[in-house]
This record gives sequence, C-alpha cells and structure tokens, in this order.
Amino acid sequence: MTKQLSPEEIVKSFKDEFKTKIKEARIEKRTKGPAKHEFVYIWMKVDNSVFKDTVKHLATLQEYPHLAVASGNDLGKTIELIYHFSIYYGGHLDDISINISVELPKSKPEIETITDIIPGALITEREKQEMLGVKIKGIPDGRRVFISDDFPQGMYPWRKDETGPQKMVRNLHEVKK
Amino acid sequence: MSSKQTTKTTYQIPIGPIHPALKEPVAFEFEIDGEEIVDVDVKLGHVHRAVEWTATKRNPIQILYLAERICGICSYCHPTAFTIAVENIADIEVPERAEYLRVIQAELERICSHILWAGVAAHELGFDSVLFLTWQMREKALDLTEYLTGNRITKGIITIGGIRRDITKDHLPKIYETLNYFKDNFEKLRKIFLDDKTVRMRTQGCGILTKEDALKLCAVGPTARASGVKKDVRVDQAYFSYADLDIECITPDILTGEVNGDVYDRIIVRLLEVKQAIDLIEQCIDKMPGGDIVSEPKVAKVLATLKKASGESIGRMEAPRGEVIHYVKLEAGNECPFTWKVRAPTYNNIMPWVPMLLGEQIADIPIVAASTDPCMSCTNRVAIVDSGKRYQLNREELHKMSVEKTRRLMK
Repeated sequence: MTKQLSPEEIVKSFKDEFKTKIKEARIEKRTKGPAKHEFVYIWMKVDNSVFKDTVKHLATLQEYPHLAVASGNDLGKTIELIYHFSIYYGGHLDDISINISVELPKSKPEIETITDIIPGALITEREKQEMLGVKIKGIPDGRRVFISDDFPQGMYPWRKDETGPQKMVRNLHEVKK
Repeated sequence: MSSKQTTKTTYQIPIGPIHPALKEPVAFEFEIDGEEIVDVDVKLGHVHRAVEWTATKRNPIQILYLAERICGICSYCHPTAFTIAVENIADIEVPERAEYLRVIQAELERICSHILWAGVAAHELGFDSVLFLTWQMREKALDLTEYLTGNRITKGIITIGGIRRDITKDHLPKIYETLNYFKDNFEKLRKIFLDDKTVRMRTQGCGILTKEDALKLCAVGPTARASGVKKDVRVDQAYFSYADLDIECITPDILTGEVNGDVYDRIIVRLLEVKQAIDLIEQCIDKMPGGDIVSEPKVAKVLATLKKASGESIGRMEAPRGEVIHYVKLEAGNECPFTWKVRAPTYNNIMPWVPMLLGEQIADIPIVAASTDPCMSCTNRVAIVDSGKRYQLNREELHKMSVEKTRRLMK
C-alpha cells in the first residue's frame, strides 16, 4: 500500500497536478471527545475539464477510492455536482472524506462518467441524470432509476428553476402521463 | 445450452401500498438458464417518496422527524446523520455525555436490526421456528428501547446539539438485565446459525462477493466486511464517542480464520456485531461522564442559530446496514435547508447483488438477496425468462422453492 498522505499533502498533490484548475480547496478539521480525536473533510472545487483526471489522481492515492454518493445543487446559472469520496478507510481514524465538486453550466450540463474507474458509481450517476438533468457522457446504462417511467420528460425534481417540480406539485391534476 | 434464448421483456411492478417491515418493493429481472441465473437487472424506486424535496419546505427540527420516517428499522440513523451534518455547519458543540448516550442508542438499534435480520434469514431458509425465537429476543431489545426512549420504533430521541432523554441510575438495572439476557442467549443463536449442518449447506459458498468486487462496487457495512473489506465508519472516522471506546472492525476471519464473502460470512459478521454492540453499550455506561445532555434545550433558540448559519457539510455514521451519509447545505436567512441528500446503505449494496446472484439457483434468490439486509428486500415478483416462455414467480412461490431446497438438503 502506498504511503498515506496528510490532508495538507493531499491538497498539495492535487494542486501540483492540476494547478489553477483546482479552483478552491479547503480542509475542514474538527475534533471529538476528551482526547480530541480529529476527523477531516476535504472540499475541493475543480474545473469540469479536469474532473475525470482528478478522480484518476485520487485512485493513485488509494487503490479503490470509495464513492459514497454524488449530491447536487441547482445554483441558478450552474448545476453543482459534489462527489463524496472517502479514502484510507480500514485503519483506526485514518479515513479522510474528500468531496470533489464541479460546476456545470445549465446551457451544457455535461460531465464524463467515472464508472470505468469506479464501477459502483453507476446508480448515483443514473440518479443525477434523472434528478438534475445533467448528461453523463459514456454512461453504460442511462435508464431512470428512482423516478417512474411515466414521470414527465424534461422535468427534474432537484432543479429550482422552471424545469423543477414546483409547478407540477401545485397542479397535480393537470399532469398528463 | 448454447441455443438458450436470452430475450429480455420489460416488466413493471405497480407502485403502491407496500409490505411492512423488511418486505419492501424492489423488482428484479432475471435471465435464467434452467435453474441457473445468467443475468440480473434490478429496478428501484417503487417507494420513492420525494423525502429530500419535502425537506426543503421544513425547518431542521421538523426534518429530524421526517428523517426518522425514511426507514422503520434505521429510524435513529437518518436523523442522526442529518444532525451531524447540521452540527458541522453551525459549529454546535455537543456535550460529552450526549455523545455517549448517542452511542448507546445507536448500538441498541444495531442489536434490534441484526436480530431482526437473523429472523428473516431463518425464514427465507425455511426455519420459521428460528424466526420466532429470534424475534422473541428482539422483543426484549424493543422493550428496552421503549423503556429508554418512550417509543419502540420511531424513537424521536435525537435532537440537534444533543439527545432528548438521559439515562439515569434507575435505568441501569433494566439495561443490565436485557444485556445479560442477550449474552445468555447468544450461544444459542450462534449454535443455530453457525453450527447447524443444513444452514451451513445452504449458506456456505452461496452468494459470493469477492473482496475486489466489494471494493469496486463500493459495498458498505456488513456486506463489505464479510468480503474482507475493513470499512466501518465507527472505526474509520471519529464521531460521537466511538474514538474513545475499544472497538475494532469485524471481519469473518476473526472467527473462522478465512474470508469467503458468502452468505455464511455475512451471518458471522452480523452475529459478532451483536456481541460487539452489547460490549459497547457496557463500555459507554462505565465511561459516561456526567453533565448536560443537550447544548441548547430551547428549540426556538436552536432554530434561530441555524437560520443564521450557512454552509455545507456531510454527516456520516455507521447504521446497522452500513454507512449512512447525508449532505446538507444551509443558507443564511432561510430556515429550510437549500439541499438535503440522503444516502442509505442499501443504495450502495444494490450493485453487489449482481455478482452475488450470478450463477446461483432460483431457490437461492431469497437468501442471497436478504443477505445484504436490504432496506427493500422484497423479491416481490420475479419475471423469469426461460426459453422464450415468460412466467412470473411471486414472493410466496419463491419462498416455497427456497424452503423446498432446504428440505431436500436435510434428507
């Protein structure tokens, strides 16, 4: 197993690799209990063009980075996707949560699939497609996963704009299947 | 064999009233070659209730009670993961005593959940007498839960900044009585599940998930640990007071010296975790310091603080089935969260079903599917495509086949 890096070294290794494409990076450290045990969350905002490479880079730090889930925000003009990874699991209190976020313009909400690096990402990618209306390029299975097939096309439950469900929820009787 | 037709037909299961407890709807589509499963497709979402969307119309205290209703068995884990995320955002310090009390509640829930699962597994194998035995034991754990929280299932015990009910000296005799009852009966359970010849025949070498698959498919909880992946949030990352307690990751090699990743290994992990949970509760009672149990008892003040808070964070905790992770984003000036994303452990344990089920027999479907302890384990109706002739098996028939296989092996 490769040597475990400290949170600062992890951020540095990303910055060395991708330079200005790492737009933002912060390390959130908190302590618990009388012995002040520390736990660490790393938050990074990366450019869409290098997103997949950052995941590849992450896979060099830990052979199988664990992808918990990807969550998303509708930020108005852009859609933010946040991939929650954890690495160095297995050792006592060694685990570090790495949250890599990427902003996609609403005019072209496209991102590459990471299922070839982490096959377990499939369900969460399918969910992002149907919930946020992003397009995952190269996804092996693009069907809907949670919402039913008769849910109107072009409506995305997590969006906060006109493609969101607000209007539909108020006028459920008008929904055509 | 080579002339096997593998046309898939789509099959839709109606959304609707669901089975209680573990029997929740999920649709599988299997491709069968004779008795052997050659392809699996899992269809989800039949109980998607837009809880996350609903939460953007509620304030954080209301969400605690909404989160509790996500799942009837992990009714403690979801509000807790949400609480951890919110506490991270608003920098709320939790009193030490509350952190220990939170561990006690979490471990009590683990005992309830694992014993419930053991009963379901026995039922799937056709040993209903064991189902009644285990659920009788679970009843004791539920009685204790009711005694400590006031409710059996949706406990309403967690709150932002602490916990709502204390454990006093008066509670201790009943807690020790219940824990001793479990210790006394543990040997009985171990013998039934681990030594019985028929159970071993049905579970050993069945539903294998290799370590590599578990890692690649991001499996969590006992499912991952039974495949030898040491991953347990209680050990990996400090939350509550777990870092102060003596705890280690449970993998099946502790007992047998080897890891096979089969159904039998998943039984071992869960049984050992029951024992671990009892030990952790005892440790907590011994080590628990005095003091407050909540940082701010007035809910209105908590809400005022949260209304000013802004930021995003995640809350991770180890539920009985694996890691629960919640992402929360709060905006200053808005009482309701901007985003709330819930990730339950079964979400990650769905994909590992595919390698587990491939190559198994139809009669093994119930026990293999149940072995990950899914939160919607109902193999409600299975569409089977056999030489172009399509027919359906419902739950009862499938269960009957599983029971028949056990009986055959017993002869």
